[in-house]
Amino acid sequence: MTGPDRAAPDPATPKGPNALSVGARQERNLGFMLCAPAVIVMAAVTAYPIGYAVYLSLQRYDLRFPQLAHWVGLSNYGAVLTSPFWWDALWVTVVITVVSVAIELVLGMLLALVMHRALFGRGVVRTAILIPYGIVTVVAAFSWQYAWTPGTGYLAALLPAGSAPLTDHWQAIGLIILAEVWKTTPFMALLLLAGLALVPEETVRAAMVDGATAWQRLVLVILPLMKPAILVALLFRTLDAFRIFDNIYVLTSGSNNTASVSILGYDNLFTALNLGIGSAISVLIFVCVALIAFVFIKLFGTAAPGSEMERR
Amino acid sequence: MRGDADGRAHRRRHSGARRLHALAALPLLASVLAGCGGTASAGPAVLNWYQFPDDSGALQQAADSCGKASGGRYVIHYNKLPRTADGQRQQLVRRLAAHDSSMDILGLDVTWAPEFAEAGWAREWTGATKEQATEDTLPVPLQTTTWKGKLYGVPYNANTQLLWYRDDLVPTPPKTWAEMLAQAEALAKAGKPHFVEIQGAQYEGLTVWFNTLITSAGGAVLTPDATAPSLGPPGVTAAGIMHDLATSAAADPSLPNQMEDQNRLAMESGTAAFEINYPFVYPSMKADQPELFKHFKWAPYPGVEPGKPASVTIGGIDLAIGAYTRHADLAYEAALCLRNSDNQKVAALKGGLPPTLRSLYSDPALGASYPFAAEILASLEAASVRPQTPAYQNVSIAISHTLSPPASIRPRSSIAGLRSQISDALSSKGLIP
Repeated sequence: MTGPDRAAPDPATPKGPNALSVGARQERNLGFMLCAPAVIVMAAVTAYPIGYAVYLSLQRYDLRFPQLAHWVGLSNYGAVLTSPFWWDALWVTVVITVVSVAIELVLGMLLALVMHRALFGRGVVRTAILIPYGIVTVVAAFSWQYAWTPGTGYLAALLPAGSAPLTDHWQAIGLIILAEVWKTTPFMALLLLAGLALVPEETVRAAMVDGATAWQRLVLVILPLMKPAILVALLFRTLDAFRIFDNIYVLTSGSNNTASVSILGYDNLFTALNLGIGSAISVLIFVCVALIAFVFIKLFGTAAPGSEMERR
Repeated sequence: MRGDADGRAHRRRHSGARRLHALAALPLLASVLAGCGGTASAGPAVLNWYQFPDDSGALQQAADSCGKASGGRYVIHYNKLPRTADGQRQQLVRRLAAHDSSMDILGLDVTWAPEFAEAGWAREWTGATKEQATEDTLPVPLQTTTWKGKLYGVPYNANTQLLWYRDDLVPTPPKTWAEMLAQAEALAKAGKPHFVEIQGAQYEGLTVWFNTLITSAGGAVLTPDATAPSLGPPGVTAAGIMHDLATSAAADPSLPNQMEDQNRLAMESGTAAFEINYPFVYPSMKADQPELFKHFKWAPYPGVEPGKPASVTIGGIDLAIGAYTRHADLAYEAALCLRNSDNQKVAALKGGLPPTLRSLYSDPALGASYPFAAEILASLEAASVRPQTPAYQNVSIAISHTLSPPASIRPRSSIAGLRSQISDALSSKGLIP
């Protein structure tokens, strides 16, 4: 028991709370080694760019004149946060996010119930519902764009003559939301379907025996049991919707004040070639996304992705 | 859209010719392979030409014939840039910012020379090459590629807008905007097609419209030294005309979303009486609407003041030599070849691109398929240039955002707002929308 080669755990020796046996320590080290490649790759592809963006956002940096780049501290953030363009874009983004996610939740729930309850042709129903999600967003956005353009589009032809919905601020935002809802409702439905599968059939039957109506079963039994799945679905979709880019880029490219924060960042980075301001916008978007995730996880008690869904 | 029957026939002939070239290149390839392991400089230098995408085949033909004429010293590889000007600029800028040494010949929009020159991405033209570049070349296109008294490119093609109208509706074309709006209102009252088709979407086309109006009214967007906004009363006049059109019966309901191609389609669909557009609409109308084509006529761009012709904003492409090229001397030579008289003529006849060499406008072959050559030349001689500044993109965005949609323009306050936005843009301050 006194040699350095104490391989076996000693039941007689009292252990501190953090003490680990040699075997467990070796196992932990092996775990670290196995994780290391993934951690290094993640650091290279996410941590480095994020860090570099933060670094760029603290500089006055014009891609055309790299030799003139210099440190300006937080003044890029000041410029962004005092600009009406940022607040306009943020407002547009929030409206699109809230409205589209709300509609998607309701429609997604209905579709999930349909998929769950489908008695026959279950595979066909699920496939049909998932088709929009399988179409490349840019392709779908282009077909929406053509459809709503007077003269070429079949949807524009249904409107009163002379209306060009993509040229009006609110109508364009409505159409962006429509394209977004059409595209991602199936994803919402899929996540909710997974939640629906967690609801034990016998609980619902028990409620039925107790005389609960269909509405009461949904609101008082099914939805509370599904809450973790609903929150995860909402979290995913809110984070996605907040970063909306492709639909807007194709449908209006941000004209008539329909730019989202991502479009604003893109324009400042790639058209104005202003890496400082553009990076500051990117970092602010990152902060907003982190805030949304924080609110969902800490305040609403959403199970963080990856952790066990044990809170129901 | 410009792929009429001629163009298709040409492409077939052309691809046949390309196969022949490929066959002819086989022995050369064999000799290169045989010489493998020797010097790396064997074979012609490959010059990369980055230029807008051309569907007519004229650009590829020019690249091939120049390579052949070089006697094996170089071949030109034509790389097609994206269709939109913004997309073209983004690709060029990203590569140049990374010091890409394969950027030999660059097709720059007429508004980019100051920016590329200041950033050190385009080489200056001096001495003999400058002399060749300026000989017989129209002065306004040369002005677009000159920055701080130095030449940074050679004009490839020019472009300008004309007034297109239907002579079954409009017996005499209007000379001024006021006349045109009055004629359109009268047609509207008579229940006839009456729209004025013009580029009203929030993009570069709107800036072009405003620039033409303000220079035609005797003003300018920037002061002559390009360090401050000028605008002033001519700016208010120009914004007023845009607002008047947008709020009159002459306005197409789609005006706030229309670009050149939507204008063309609207004119071809028969709902419009007037169209302000580039010459590509002419062959297109001929191919798509032979009936309307009989009444499809052209006239100079309407002026702002009676008796004073408009100074129309010039468009087009200038060829610049990339700063990081490994074959600078060959690139200058190849760029001059690509825009020589023969190749410009092919580009004009096949691709519909107005030439930048004055002598071509008196060429009978051009006159035959380009009946409006005289009006184009007159318009190019009196043309105006868009604001010349390295911050042009930001200035243009400030203009197109402030004046969009045209119906919501309040001439005085819009111009006052534009003045402060342009000041910010010139000092690269703040965000662009």
